[in-house]
Amino acid sequence: MTDLSLRIDGRDVAATQGMSLLEAARGAGISIPTVCHHEKLEPFGGCRLCMVEVEAAGRTTLVAACTYPAGKGLVVKTRSEQIDRIRKLLTEQLLAYAPESEVLQNLAREYRADKDRFPKEPSFCILCGLCVRYCAEVKQRNAVGFIDRGPSREISFVPEIAAAECWECKECFPLCPTSALQAAFVLTRSRTSSEEVSK
Amino acid sequence: MPALTSAAELERLRQEIVSRNHPDRPRVSVCAGAGCLATGAARVIAAFDTEIETQGLKGEVQVKATGCPGFCERGPIVVIDPGQTCYLQVAPKDVPTIVSKTLKEKTVIDRLLYADATTKERAVRESDIPFYKNQERNIIGNNIKIDPQCIDDYLALGGYSALAKVLSRMTAEQVVEEIGKSGLRGRGGGGFPTGVKWDAARNAPGETKYVIVNADEGDPGAFMDRAVLEGNPHSILEGLLIGAYAIGAREGYVYVRQEYPLALKNVGIAIRQAEEYGFLGSNILGSGFDFRVQVHRGAGAFVCGEETALILSLEGRPGEPRSRPPYPATRGLWGKPTNINNVETWANVPLIINRGADWFAQFGTAGSKGTKIFSLVGKIRNTGLVEVPMGVTLRDIVYKIGDGIPGGKKFKAVQTGGPAGGCIPEEHLDIAVDFDALTKAGAMMGSGGMIVLDEDTCMVDVARYFVNFLAQESCGKCSPCREGIKQMHRILTNITEGRGKEGDIELLEELAMTTGSASLCALGRSAPNPVLSTIRHFRAEYEAHIREKRCLSYSCKDLVSYYIDPQACAACLLCMKRCTSEAISGARDRIHVIDQQKCNKCGTCFDVCPSKFDAVVRLTGERVPEPVPDALRVVVRKKAAAHAGQKETG
Repeated sequence: MTDLSLRIDGRDVAATQGMSLLEAARGAGISIPTVCHHEKLEPFGGCRLCMVEVEAAGRTTLVAACTYPAGKGLVVKTRSEQIDRIRKLLTEQLLAYAPESEVLQNLAREYRADKDRFPKEPSFCILCGLCVRYCAEVKQRNAVGFIDRGPSREISFVPEIAAAECWECKECFPLCPTSALQAAFVLTRSRTSSEEVSK
Repeated sequence: MPALTSAAELERLRQEIVSRNHPDRPRVSVCAGAGCLATGAARVIAAFDTEIETQGLKGEVQVKATGCPGFCERGPIVVIDPGQTCYLQVAPKDVPTIVSKTLKEKTVIDRLLYADATTKERAVRESDIPFYKNQERNIIGNNIKIDPQCIDDYLALGGYSALAKVLSRMTAEQVVEEIGKSGLRGRGGGGFPTGVKWDAARNAPGETKYVIVNADEGDPGAFMDRAVLEGNPHSILEGLLIGAYAIGAREGYVYVRQEYPLALKNVGIAIRQAEEYGFLGSNILGSGFDFRVQVHRGAGAFVCGEETALILSLEGRPGEPRSRPPYPATRGLWGKPTNINNVETWANVPLIINRGADWFAQFGTAGSKGTKIFSLVGKIRNTGLVEVPMGVTLRDIVYKIGDGIPGGKKFKAVQTGGPAGGCIPEEHLDIAVDFDALTKAGAMMGSGGMIVLDEDTCMVDVARYFVNFLAQESCGKCSPCREGIKQMHRILTNITEGRGKEGDIELLEELAMTTGSASLCALGRSAPNPVLSTIRHFRAEYEAHIREKRCLSYSCKDLVSYYIDPQACAACLLCMKRCTSEAISGARDRIHVIDQQKCNKCGTCFDVCPSKFDAVVRLTGERVPEPVPDALRVVVRKKAAAHAGQKETG
């Protein structure tokens, strides 16, 4: 582990090789919003709310702080007009699915997002993938997964695995930033015959 | 056949193959690429086989099913050597005449030759046809000379000599340097310098490394890679072998989409033949270099053309891109240094090694060297594959090679760069086509799709079409791509269906900014191009749709109405009979009226109304006049009535 230093929002920040920008910033008490990030999980880079500006070799690029490696001498800005515009729009898009989510409402306040900007589609799931990845990476059960792609993407429990594994676990429930996960689970349960589910 | 063990043995074999195929021996080459097969090339080949036997030429004439030379518009294509006589749109019924006249009597059949649409001048030789004459066919030029399932054909043209040269006389560093010096840039769309990419993979620490052919061509209307894979698979394998040697890989993969069955078949055959000849396997050509290749069939997700998604898909995981860095050059397949190049990039490699970086760099512009294959499709006379030096103008491609727009229509734009490319209007037709100039014009090179659009195409609808494609093909992992493209599609659909409102253009631009700058991979980052380039060059069309509910190209059905002008209608029954939704009422001598509720806007009435009447009119952005009252629907015939009367009495 080599130590390195970089500049975030005008402050010198110490980091170690292999850290992401997000880890380096949070280590120094600088907050960057995230929805899909979790310390126990591999960085995903899905919600893109953690976009920051990195200046290197005279060029400014937008990168996701959760996946971008902290490098020596990088100059990072965590707020700017463009970053705020991106975060506002991303929040507005997610609010269409889960307008009551506290996580999203907090973001909406910070970035002045209008929760009614896009037509509502209350599926409640914002596809952050925390449940899917927690189940795969930490629990190694794969009881919940993504199905389909693009605008048709959904999360879905695998009934056979869920019936056997989920009753005793449910560790993913508190990770969910909306109420989608519980709903999906209840749905799966109602689809599975009561004999299989009850113990 | 025993495996070759040295460069000298390869050269001896090549000479033997060449001496077996005497240049004066008559040869019939029939394109067996996907396009010509679709128009009946297999039956033409079968007809040649039987006819040659019937007319007693068996053993004297060789019939070859070859790769695609590019002129798909006029397939099936037949080239007869010696003499390079090129016959177009050949049907099985033409074959007996070709055998008797051309092969036996050595005369040319005029009606099967290319004839210029205006001058009527005919071209006998393939190379005299304007479509080909204005190209520089370094890569696809050999396709018509090669049976892709026969390695000897490739060897006869000097195949695998670049590999032999590399293995016997060049160090890995020298190979990377030569490719770097040539200025070759990735042909899959990124345009990244190939030499730099190779160098990174070569210098990456690690014993095990991989090379991959990205043959996941998925752009609508693009078939460049398909033609090279199907038509000259050994050229790709040879390039891959050279790349593997240069970066130090001993295993490689060809990632081909499952929807290309012929490409899969031909690549599979090529690999088996290369193994048999000793170009793949252990101790290749006695050099101590080992290399093996496997084919992986892609399941057809567009996003798997993105290199990190392709790698995950190869590993058996969902094909979703991951963030870079780390780049595949340091952490690729199974976490090992990996070099991925596109089909066309690999196919250029043997040419550069054989003829030198300077030869390659003589083609092209300052920043983009060599040639590029484009698939020229859409509203263009000569549909097909076009290989030109970088730097030719779009105008030359569209007019000199493509022969312009058919049906007397006006050119409107050319869409380049695949679904996430952009539309370039008339006033930019003189830009020199290369990586940088296309990007500057708001489009991109992409992998080489070129779709020509004419005046009947609505540019808002074009944007909607491509954005819809991208929405379906987004993997959905990151929210700016998944949600941004979806919202852009919703707004574009509203605009084309007459529900556009003030502020929509600005909202599209805002969504485009976020999707373009915050998405995880190149699919999302380039997805706004179709929207932004059409707003930039065709803003008036957007405004007409939104403000006046007008579609200037009469293409958006919800904004177009068809109406029969009662003054002009001659009650000829034609439109009534042809109406596809039984929406037209009328009778002989009764003015025809379209029921707007029933009309499905197919436009058939407009097309069939005789030009001497021109009674059917298209309306957009205006109210359809009330139909004539029933009492006034009688047609007053003048001359026609008199004429009809005469006929009846006579």
